[in-house]
Amino acid sequence: MSVFTEEKHLHEAGATHDHQVAAEHHELSFLRKYVFSLDHKVIGIQFLFSTLLWFVVGGLLALGVRWQLAWPWSNMPIVGQMLFSGEGGQISPEFYTMLFTMHASVMIFFVIIPILAGAFGNFLIPLMIGADDMAFPTLNMLSYWFMWPAFVCMIASFFVTGGASASGWTGYPPLSAVQSAAPGSHAGQTLWLQGLIFVGVSSMMGSVNYMTTIIQMRAPGMTMFHLPMTIWAMFITAILQAFALPVLTAALFMQLLDRVARTCFFLPEGLIVNNAEAVAGGGQALLWQHLFWFYSHPAVYIMILPAMGMVSDIISCFARKPLFGYKPMVYSIGGIAGLGFIVWGHHMFMSGMNPALGMTFMVSTMMIALPSAIKVFNWIGTVWGGRILYTTAMLFALSFVSMFIIGGLSGIFMAATPVDIFIHDTYFIVAHIHYVLFGGTAFGVFGAIYFWFPKMFGRMMNETAGKFHFFLSFIFFNGTFFPMHILGAGGFPRRLADPYHYETFANMLAMNRFITICALSMGASQLIFAANFLYSIFWGPKCGRNPWHSNSLEWFAPSPPGHGNFDAQPLVYRGPYEYGSPEVDTDYYPQWQPPPTDRPLVQPGH
Amino acid sequence: MGRYWAFLFLLVPIAGVGIFVWAAAGGMWMPRDISEHGHEIDHLWNFILLLTGAVFVATEVALFWFLWRYEATSHRDPVKFTHGSHNLEVVWTILPAATLLFIAIYQMNAWADVKIRKPPMAPTVEVMARQFEWRLRWPGPDGHFDTPDDIHWVNDLHVPVDEDVLVDLKSMDVLHDFFLPNLRIKQDAVPGMMIPVWFRATDVGQYDLVCAELCGWGHYKMKGRITIEPREQYEAWLKKIANEQNTMK
Repeated sequence: MSVFTEEKHLHEAGATHDHQVAAEHHELSFLRKYVFSLDHKVIGIQFLFSTLLWFVVGGLLALGVRWQLAWPWSNMPIVGQMLFSGEGGQISPEFYTMLFTMHASVMIFFVIIPILAGAFGNFLIPLMIGADDMAFPTLNMLSYWFMWPAFVCMIASFFVTGGASASGWTGYPPLSAVQSAAPGSHAGQTLWLQGLIFVGVSSMMGSVNYMTTIIQMRAPGMTMFHLPMTIWAMFITAILQAFALPVLTAALFMQLLDRVARTCFFLPEGLIVNNAEAVAGGGQALLWQHLFWFYSHPAVYIMILPAMGMVSDIISCFARKPLFGYKPMVYSIGGIAGLGFIVWGHHMFMSGMNPALGMTFMVSTMMIALPSAIKVFNWIGTVWGGRILYTTAMLFALSFVSMFIIGGLSGIFMAATPVDIFIHDTYFIVAHIHYVLFGGTAFGVFGAIYFWFPKMFGRMMNETAGKFHFFLSFIFFNGTFFPMHILGAGGFPRRLADPYHYETFANMLAMNRFITICALSMGASQLIFAANFLYSIFWGPKCGRNPWHSNSLEWFAPSPPGHGNFDAQPLVYRGPYEYGSPEVDTDYYPQWQPPPTDRPLVQPGH
Repeated sequence: MGRYWAFLFLLVPIAGVGIFVWAAAGGMWMPRDISEHGHEIDHLWNFILLLTGAVFVATEVALFWFLWRYEATSHRDPVKFTHGSHNLEVVWTILPAATLLFIAIYQMNAWADVKIRKPPMAPTVEVMARQFEWRLRWPGPDGHFDTPDDIHWVNDLHVPVDEDVLVDLKSMDVLHDFFLPNLRIKQDAVPGMMIPVWFRATDVGQYDLVCAELCGWGHYKMKGRITIEPREQYEAWLKKIANEQNTMK
């Protein structure tokens, strides 16, 4: 840490100056400043707090799932009597189906997507491109406040008759569309659909804004190929959102109509649910799956690309070395986005879709592993020959790479259609998605929080507590999810409240107990993070503008930046990865620093 | 801690490989294969496991080594100021691309055997999935469904050993999935569709029939079994069921 403290003294004079600049702006009312704010930084932090709160909810739902799998039908300690006094404190099977449905729905739609695009996209895009705000500040404010009807729908759904949605986060009809098919398919499913429609509207407002801002509002000198990877990733993610989301929105409306207006888009004729003829029919159950995955596969990349971008920036900064292969990194994000639109069928290999089509989707799915592999090789190339500083942010970023290797490679098993016959819908896929989205995205997000916290709040987080948090999360994450590969190899199916009455899976209880103990410990480890985060907002040591000696433009602004971000117009002279450049004596060479006048201007990287 | 953080990353490939070896040696692995096509799937699984295992170990160890070797306080070498290498990018684009394409093509025959090359025969049995049971129907002596001699049963699918079996898979209400772990068979049952499923069992015995697609609150208890037996026993059993059915009226 000692390398970073000198900066603090350097900029103490700057801090008082910042205060004066901020005071020159006219004072806004509390409501306009912190609640209905138009400032991208406040909106970003609003998104961050909301999504972190939902992260807690989603995590607790997951622990409920884990409890049932380790100690099936036994009374849940502490909260059991409170939640299910009717059953004597044990989880009922219908509650179990609701638990995993809502765990995934909350984590995907209320945590990962909004924390990446909403929190970090909002906070970082104008700062990193040198703009004073987003292109459309009002639209930006609305994109946050449109999340609230969604929050209300989701919370309300827990309290309606039948409980919250219980048809899986994928909401496959007819289970989801026919009211009598499941308890959660009463009002809970309708609220789930409405909630997701609001999330979609919010995401669409965000992505239009991000695209416009990145195209139109870059500072002088900030060419597209001087953009940090974070911004490239946010840009391509916004494009993915804008193209894929309308399809999901249409599908959600169709299912909503199937439920409330009996349209039968997804319901074939002759359905007999609960010994009663359900509906008129004429629809196709598989149509929903095609529409849903046409969005939700690109959404998998919406959930990882921004984290990849942020991790690239963090690794380059703390390896004190330029990012290896900047352009291949950009092109591979583009490749992932393009191929991402033609691989949705790999979720449907066992669905009854034409098996010949399965072969086509297998080839495209195999090929999408290529850009991911290129990214991994370039990250490893970046740490090679650097001068690595093990900050908490760096450790989380490196664990992103290490865990993403596992998540990427396990994807190949499921892309291979014959192997998928056995492991489809088993714990192998549960392991895979969590290695990508928890070991990948969530660790990337933790890294990003530790990295950009000083810019957000003007204070540092505690590094020692951060490292404890990292160490425990890393160990217990792997303890939780790695054994799931083994369960998958044994054919252990997902979404079963009690798999052990099958002979094939009876011997897997011990491993599930081990997993649950690790999951509980991982949950407990997050308390360190929560304490560190909340403490540091108020009492962390104050920092200067550029505590990490980083190159990109957000570190040119005061910490935290005032309204309008920069106190002087930033001019961009070079790319964001000139660490260890021989042109200067420092080991970093910020984008805004003019080249020394006594030396000729050299364009790096050419 | 300094450079010792690198060991945490070395732990990943060591523990990862260790757990897989322990599981495979200790029987926490794929259930015994009793199908004709299953060995192809198991072979492809092993093939991908070895290939990805090698890549996994190589990349994770490289990551560990660079993290150990290039920690800031433990070496004095200048930073390698480079923005990348065109040649390396070409190599690590083309090699994985060729490998991935090969893996994809290498799968196709096995996939076609299980899902495309349907044996030319009349269906052996109809499986109708519903919340939360498997309704089974054999065509009876006349070999046709929807005639009075159809034989009905539930949750215990009897099939002859060493013969092709063709199942007409249907669902009455919601999605289900017809999963036979020992036979390496998995197929969703979709309402409004009739999906053919075929296999040939190579050993007798009783095995699990699992519903592997979420079908409601009772999904976990939608348990069936498959009884594989020699032709004579199979026919005797069918006759017995048919008689019970006729006398029950």
